[in-house]
Amino acid sequence: MKVAALDQLWVYLSGHPLLSLLVTLLAFTAAVRINRALGGTSLLHPVTLSIVLLIAFLLLVDMDYSTYFEGAQFIHFLLGPATVALAIPLYDHRERVRRLLVPLLLACGAGIVTAVGSTLGLAMLLGARAETLLSLAPRSVTSPIAMGIAEQIGGIPSLAAGLVLLTGSIGCALAPWVFRLLRVRDPAVQGFTLGLSAHGFGTAHAFARIGAVAGAFSGLAMGLTGLLTAFLLPLLARLFGLH
Amino acid sequence: MGMSVLLACQFLGELVARGLVLPVPGPVIGMVILLAGLMIRGKVPDSLRMTGEGLLRYLTLLFVPAGVGLMGHFELIGLDLWPILVTLVVSTAVTLAVTGWLLERLNRRQGGRS
Repeated sequence: MKVAALDQLWVYLSGHPLLSLLVTLLAFTAAVRINRALGGTSLLHPVTLSIVLLIAFLLLVDMDYSTYFEGAQFIHFLLGPATVALAIPLYDHRERVRRLLVPLLLACGAGIVTAVGSTLGLAMLLGARAETLLSLAPRSVTSPIAMGIAEQIGGIPSLAAGLVLLTGSIGCALAPWVFRLLRVRDPAVQGFTLGLSAHGFGTAHAFARIGAVAGAFSGLAMGLTGLLTAFLLPLLARLFGLH
Repeated sequence: MGMSVLLACQFLGELVARGLVLPVPGPVIGMVILLAGLMIRGKVPDSLRMTGEGLLRYLTLLFVPAGVGLMGHFELIGLDLWPILVTLVVSTAVTLAVTGWLLERLNRRQGGRS
C-alpha cells in the first residue's frame, strides 16, 4: 500500500472547497456548543465566536481569505434566498405590521437619524480620519447596501463592510441589556429594534433567540432601514459638512 | 419547488435592481416581490414554507463566511482603532435604546386607544 506524504495531502485538501466548507460548519457547531455551555450569554454570540475561531484557524494554517471563501461561498450564497424568504414571516404577521405601520416608520426614521448622527458626531469628536468617518456612517445597514452608500459618499467600501459586521455582533451583544434596562418586552418591538440597529445579524439573532414574530419585524426593519438610509445618508453627510 | 420560487424572486429582484440602477440589493427587492406574490395568492404554499423556514432557522450560520472577511480589514481598522470601537459600541447602544424606547411608547399608546 502506498501512502501519500502528509504535506502533499495538505496541499490537496487546503486547495479544495470541501475543507473550508467543513471547517465553517464545525466552527459554527462548536461555537453553538460553547455558547450553550456558557449559559447562552449574548456577549459571545455563536456567530461572533465562529468568526473568531475561523480567523484563528486561517491564520494558523496560513490560508488566505479568498481560498477559504471558495468553499465557504456555498454557505454565503444561501443568504440571498434566505433574505427573500423573510417575506414568509412578514406575510404571516401582515395584520400586525399594517396596524403598526405609522409607529414603525416613525421609529425607523428616528433610529436612522440617531445611528448616523451619533456615529458621525462621536467619531468626529474622537478624531477619526475622514475616510474612516465616511465608512462608519452606513454601519447599521446590511452590508451590500452599506458598501454602495460608502462608495457614493466617499468612504472605503471594504472597510464599511467590516464595520457593518462589527456593528452586527456588538448590537446582538448589547441588545438584551438595553431591552432589560428600558423594560422593552414586546417581541415585535425587540425584533424591529434589532433589525434596525444590527441589520442581518440582528435579524438572525431575533429568529434564533426571540422567535418568529421578532424575526418578521426584524426582517422588515432591515429592509426599511436599508431603503431609507440609502436616501437619507447623503443628505445627513452633507449636514455634517462631509460631502 | 420552494427553492425555485425563492431563487426566481431573487433573480427578478436582481434584474430590477441592476436594470433600474437602484442602490438596494437584489434579494431585498426579491423579498418585496415574494411578499406581493403571497398577498395575491392569499396563502403560503407548503413547500415554500418548508424551504423558507428551514433557511431562516440557520440564518445566523449564513453570515459566518462574510464575517470571516473581517480579517482583511484589520489593518484599516487598526489605523483608527479606538475611535472606531468607542463609536461603534456607544452609538449602537444609543440607537438600540432610542428605537426600542420610541417604538414601545408608540405601540403602547396605540394599544391603549384601540
